[in-house]
Amino acid sequence: MSAISPLTVRTLVQPAPGEAEAPSRPAGPPWWSRPGAISLVSVLVLLGLWHAVTALRWIEPLFLPPPAAVWEKLLRVAGEGYLDATLWQHAGASLARVGLALLFAVLTAVPLGLWMGWSARVRGVFDPLIEFYRPVPPLAYLPLIVIWFGIGEVSKVLLITLAIFAPLVIATATGVRQVEETRRRAALAFGATRWQLLRHVVLPGALPEILTGVRVGLGVGWSTLVAAELVAATRGLGFMVQSAAQFLNTDIVLLGIFTIALIAFGLELGLRALQRRLVPWQGRG
Amino acid sequence: MVELQAVTVGYRGAAASTTAVGTTVLDGIDWQVPAGALAVLLGPSGCGKSSLLNVIAGFIAPSGGRVAVAGRPVTGPGADRGVVFQDDALLPWLDVLGNVALPLRLRGGGRTAREDRARHFLQLVGLEGFESRPVWELSGGMRQRVGIARALAADPEVLLMDEPFGALDALTRERMQELLLKVWHATGKTIVLVTHGVEEAVFLATDLVVLSRRPARIVEHRVLDFGRRHAQGEGARAIKSLPDFVSVREQVLGTVYAQDGGLH
Repeated sequence: MSAISPLTVRTLVQPAPGEAEAPSRPAGPPWWSRPGAISLVSVLVLLGLWHAVTALRWIEPLFLPPPAAVWEKLLRVAGEGYLDATLWQHAGASLARVGLALLFAVLTAVPLGLWMGWSARVRGVFDPLIEFYRPVPPLAYLPLIVIWFGIGEVSKVLLITLAIFAPLVIATATGVRQVEETRRRAALAFGATRWQLLRHVVLPGALPEILTGVRVGLGVGWSTLVAAELVAATRGLGFMVQSAAQFLNTDIVLLGIFTIALIAFGLELGLRALQRRLVPWQGRG
Repeated sequence: MVELQAVTVGYRGAAASTTAVGTTVLDGIDWQVPAGALAVLLGPSGCGKSSLLNVIAGFIAPSGGRVAVAGRPVTGPGADRGVVFQDDALLPWLDVLGNVALPLRLRGGGRTAREDRARHFLQLVGLEGFESRPVWELSGGMRQRVGIARALAADPEVLLMDEPFGALDALTRERMQELLLKVWHATGKTIVLVTHGVEEAVFLATDLVVLSRRPARIVEHRVLDFGRRHAQGEGARAIKSLPDFVSVREQVLGTVYAQDGGLH
């Protein structure tokens, strides 16, 4: 009587062709249980619910238009436009405002933050000012800015700049203070001047914090956008949403909200990639 | 080469009345380090040996006494004194070559010249082939070697080392001691090194100074030659097991223990 069948012998002694590679790759979780796949399913379920709720007429289209209607609107607004501008022109106007504001904020907040991190006296001067206005919602000081600077582009860009400025200046000053004392000392022992210390040690040492400040600031700035575009704008995503709401064009409102959210998401991903590229040593020494 | 005359370091003002454990860190240190020496400062932890090194480096101004390096009084940090830190203090945004070339870059001068010089010192510490590696990918021992090469690239009169091997594992530590002796022999630099490892101190030093606990004074000064003998070819383990070596090590250990005198 043979106890071992030919099949058993084969698997014990040598794997069949093609079987050899299989065990060498560690088995990860199946595709449907990976975080990305779960998120995708979650979004699809929400879309499905949205579609079902509107298709069954549980909610009036005036309040919640079906996904297909919003998609149709997207195609129309992208092609023909809404209120004299296409979706891309609205998005472009908003991005230009936020981009300009970011530029101004970086040009002012980073030097001031470096100075505040460098000198306790300078920090003493500016800290109360920044901590005073930082927690105030931009909508609250928007009227003051309008009184001072009118209803033009200056006020809109200024409002967003102020929103980005505070987190950026605080992050930069924190970054400077976190630069290791031995690194400063090493540079001084090589005969570095104050400017060289700033350029070669302090600024690169604070860069991870500065980039985090830019990320936080851009998030705050982008969410201030709608407030900034409340005042006498003729283009922009915030303006588009506001105007559409006045005519109860709920589909356009939804379209605007989705566009604002998607752009914010894209900016965040882009900045994270930039951070990985510019400061790969972050958290590693 | 390094001359200390009655060097005293103490806290002044408000701190003096609030500090319970004495306010004087260094109490009238007189010490001359001859050119080409490998001087080692040894003492119980917290005794102020790092403070003394920081005074020579110019990071701390003494409250009394005079410090001079190569005849020039010390008034602040300067390129005539290279420093190697326990936590290596490398700049992670520069690669290995960039870190070693940094002192030369701060001084100005051609890129090729400074990179050639940096390569020379990387070769000396056995890191050829690692030039373009990011420093955060290196092990602790390799990072310290980059730190030594960087300090040497600046061509200082004196190399100051603050517990440079304190954070390394035992085996790497011994390797680094041997490497340091090789580098010292090859460059002829004057070195002042702080450590709390008695065996390390006895093995490396040509001039060994033991400090008392605070306020620190010099309680023992020995002239030794074990390090020099290793640099001239004797095996490290052979030296460390010599009866001579063991007896000096035990005597010095006794002095340090007598100073430590307390539970930690």
